Amino acid sequence: MIRVRFDNVSKSYSLINTGGIKTFLFNLLKQIKSYKNNKFVALENISFSIFDGEVVGIIGRNGAGKSTTLALIAGVLAPSSGTVEVHGRIAPLLELGAGFHPELTGRENIILNGILLGMTKKEIMSKLEDIIVFSELGEFVDQPIRMYSSGMLARLGFSVAIQVDPEILLIDEVLSVGDHAFSRKSEQAIYEFKQKKTTIILVSHSAESVRKLCDKVIWIENHRVRMMGDAETVLRHYEESNC
Amino acid sequence: MAFLVIRRNTIDLLLELIKKEIKVRYKNSYLGYLWSVANPLATAIVFYFVFKTIMRIDVPHYDLFLVTGLFVWQWIANSFLLGTMLFVGNAGLIKKVRFERRLLAVAMIFSEGFNFFFSIPVIVAFMLYYGLSPSVNWIIGIPLLFAITALFIYGWGLLLGSVNLFFRDMERIIGIILMLMFYATPVFYPVDQIPAGYAFLLDWNPFTSYVLMWRELFLNGSFHMEYMIKAAAFSLLFFVAGTLTYNRLKSKFAELL
Repeated sequence: MIRVRFDNVSKSYSLINTGGIKTFLFNLLKQIKSYKNNKFVALENISFSIFDGEVVGIIGRNGAGKSTTLALIAGVLAPSSGTVEVHGRIAPLLELGAGFHPELTGRENIILNGILLGMTKKEIMSKLEDIIVFSELGEFVDQPIRMYSSGMLARLGFSVAIQVDPEILLIDEVLSVGDHAFSRKSEQAIYEFKQKKTTIILVSHSAESVRKLCDKVIWIENHRVRMMGDAETVLRHYEESNC
Repeated sequence: MAFLVIRRNTIDLLLELIKKEIKVRYKNSYLGYLWSVANPLATAIVFYFVFKTIMRIDVPHYDLFLVTGLFVWQWIANSFLLGTMLFVGNAGLIKKVRFERRLLAVAMIFSEGFNFFFSIPVIVAFMLYYGLSPSVNWIIGIPLLFAITALFIYGWGLLLGSVNLFFRDMERIIGIILMLMFYATPVFYPVDQIPAGYAFLLDWNPFTSYVLMWRELFLNGSFHMEYMIKAAAFSLLFFVAGTLTYNRLKSKFAELL
């Protein structure tokens, strides 16, 4: 069963550059025209399929287009051309505190975030205690999260996402956050997902973390797929090209 | 019409977004909701002093007249300002999670409506002071007019919120426009004092219909059909305009933040 399918996907961003009042008064028409042409291409004709139960690494250097790929899978961005198909419930571990509100407490954020990720209020309430225990936040859970350290935020985000019971887990290099003990614990949780045959997509620039987890690797370079296939082979080429 | 794509947790999400708005607004404040009443009341005092005490305007119960207009105005104007920031202000959510973004506009209707709802007791207090009492028509009237006004706010929220992502100057422009519109709307002066040459303020200013239909309900307990129909027409117009704009632009939201 296909979980994620990219078919000739391209993504370009229009670069808006306001240029202040002078541009507005004198060059507005030109500006609007250039808005249509002035594009930054982040992905060009990308095609791949990810099947149920696969653990896939997306690797590439900074700016290659990895995060754009992830955002397309998460459904936050829409492709400029081509089609993106995603089947199944996604839990994105995209960035620290993604979708959190700084003024709400940890507990309130857990509820909001869980619902945003697709749970019902009832489901999240039944998992609330587990999430709080897993996050090890203790009494901080009733403090507004603007007071949290970045490690605490990461723990909170991670703890919610793994309780969503995802069919597809998207991970954007968050494995390394939190203190040592917590990052061991989160790695452990991810391995449990792997054993349960959850589809996992890990984005990273480090061959190290991809090697530990993934069976299959998609290497993106200069906004295109450079190589795709069995993890060991692709990673070897990736590392050679970086030397 | 797919007004809202109902997923199994859409209602839960909406309720949490409303709660979030209300909680965030009053976090770290001791007097909470009183602040949203304080603003129009302070404005009422200023206008009462200027127009009743100094200019001797001839309107019975001028203070009651003022609050019935000001609370409605404040509700609509605040919603416009919040609506402009609807998507820019929720960047953290929009960039990271996929969800029906128009729910933010629906949540705004209720969080702002909540404020308005709690300003009604203040209006009642003024009425009781003058020996007037609320009419039974309020039972139908308040939900009905609320629905008409909410549709207007929703449409404008989607429209302004979407456009502001592309054209951030909207935030400043809307502040100025609202200030001008406040004086062009019969909030603190009665309709019959508008000179004949300025009748277009009544016919073409959408805000007028909303303020006047609410005031009619509050002061006289009756329905002003003309203003209600006009308001409903404006609401429908901007609901459609807002929805079309939103649908056209929504796929670009995340990349503009």
